[in-house]
Amino acid sequence: MNNIALNNTIRFISLLFLQVFILNHVNIFGYINPMVYIAWVFLYPVRKTRALFLILSFLLGISIDFFSDSGGINAFAITFIAYFRLPILMAVLRKSDLDYGQFNLKTISANKIILFISILTIIHHFIVFSLEYFSFIELLNIISRTVLTSIFTILISFLGITLFTKRK
Amino acid sequence: MRQIIYFIKKFRYFLLFIVLETLAFIVIVQDHSYHQSKFVNSANSITGGVYNKVNSVSAFFHLKKDNQLLSEENVRLKNLLEVRANKFVLDSFKVIDSSLYFQKYDYSTAKIINNNFTKRNNFLTINKGAKHGLAPDLGVINSKGIIGVIKNVSSNYANVLSILNANSKINVRLKNSNHFGTLVWDGKDYNITQIIDIPRQALVKAGDTIVTGGKSAIFPEGIGVGVVKDFKYEQNKYQIINVLLFNDMSAIGEVQIVKNLHKDEQITLEQSVENE
Repeated sequence: MNNIALNNTIRFISLLFLQVFILNHVNIFGYINPMVYIAWVFLYPVRKTRALFLILSFLLGISIDFFSDSGGINAFAITFIAYFRLPILMAVLRKSDLDYGQFNLKTISANKIILFISILTIIHHFIVFSLEYFSFIELLNIISRTVLTSIFTILISFLGITLFTKRK
Repeated sequence: MRQIIYFIKKFRYFLLFIVLETLAFIVIVQDHSYHQSKFVNSANSITGGVYNKVNSVSAFFHLKKDNQLLSEENVRLKNLLEVRANKFVLDSFKVIDSSLYFQKYDYSTAKIINNNFTKRNNFLTINKGAKHGLAPDLGVINSKGIIGVIKNVSSNYANVLSILNANSKINVRLKNSNHFGTLVWDGKDYNITQIIDIPRQALVKAGDTIVTGGKSAIFPEGIGVGVVKDFKYEQNKYQIINVLLFNDMSAIGEVQIVKNLHKDEQITLEQSVENE
């Protein structure tokens, strides 16, 4: 139990710094900055009690906002996907109930991991860019940015998850 | 009563979710209103301090370019001095009237420790704050042109509203004809900003220089902005004027803060006229 708490603390801090100091400045093709910090939501252990998870997700989002001067945009988006993670996971796995204690992202197939990550990433990015542009006229811009940035976020988070988590 | 407790228990995660989202939304709304200073910004001592540490390493790699910029500006200023010297030499006598000399603007230097230019609304963080005499609504420029306006200050850091921001509206004019317009940004290319509200009788040509207008109380008149790249003139009106910025907003380091010492005087005067 203690081990998990330590793991999560390290993950929280390293994702925050990775995002703020490296990924916010990579500018692929001049303007794409993947938002890999949401890997936090993918990797946080699935439990029946979700209060701590929601609060920590909110805190991660607001920390990112503090660093990148984006108001509460990231906090809003990450809390949203944190809340809907479980229903989406159930839908992806086509199950109505999970074995909470045993569940691990590693135990499901790669296709399903990619699907799960993609849905959450696209929702998150769409919220972020909608709130950032804050106008309907820019809908085309919002969608194109969502799609382009999602591609890189999904790619990097999937590679990160396959490389840095231990298979059980 | 028991039913309320049951209700809260049943929907406790949903309620928590709503509370958190409302909190985030309040911060977003506060952030979008221009006149309110923001609570969530990178000018506080924690984020500012961390950015400062990281920047002290990365700034080392820009030293060569910074030096070059400085020497270019030195050359330009020296040339200006020479021009002025010639003019005074011609005078056979000189009267120095101390009441004719006054200082309107005060400049100080700062360094950008965090730069954004890819988002729709970009902010910069600089390593000077209230301790060094900075306050909201001071102009930020560098040797090439304008960069933005200070929005929030903490004791050691300040947060700059970049010209690459939907909320940034800066008074500019054509260098050769004094026609005023407003500089805005459409969020597409960080090298290109737009001018709106320029009167239709103004003659605009591609390649015209755009400078700050000095109608506002923030920037001195004549600070460089950019050159006109192209424009669209339709229905007897300038629909769009694209301006190629002098500054490469992706690579700015040392900046200068402009403080208008007559700002309060100007604003009080303008307000007293409005009130009548």
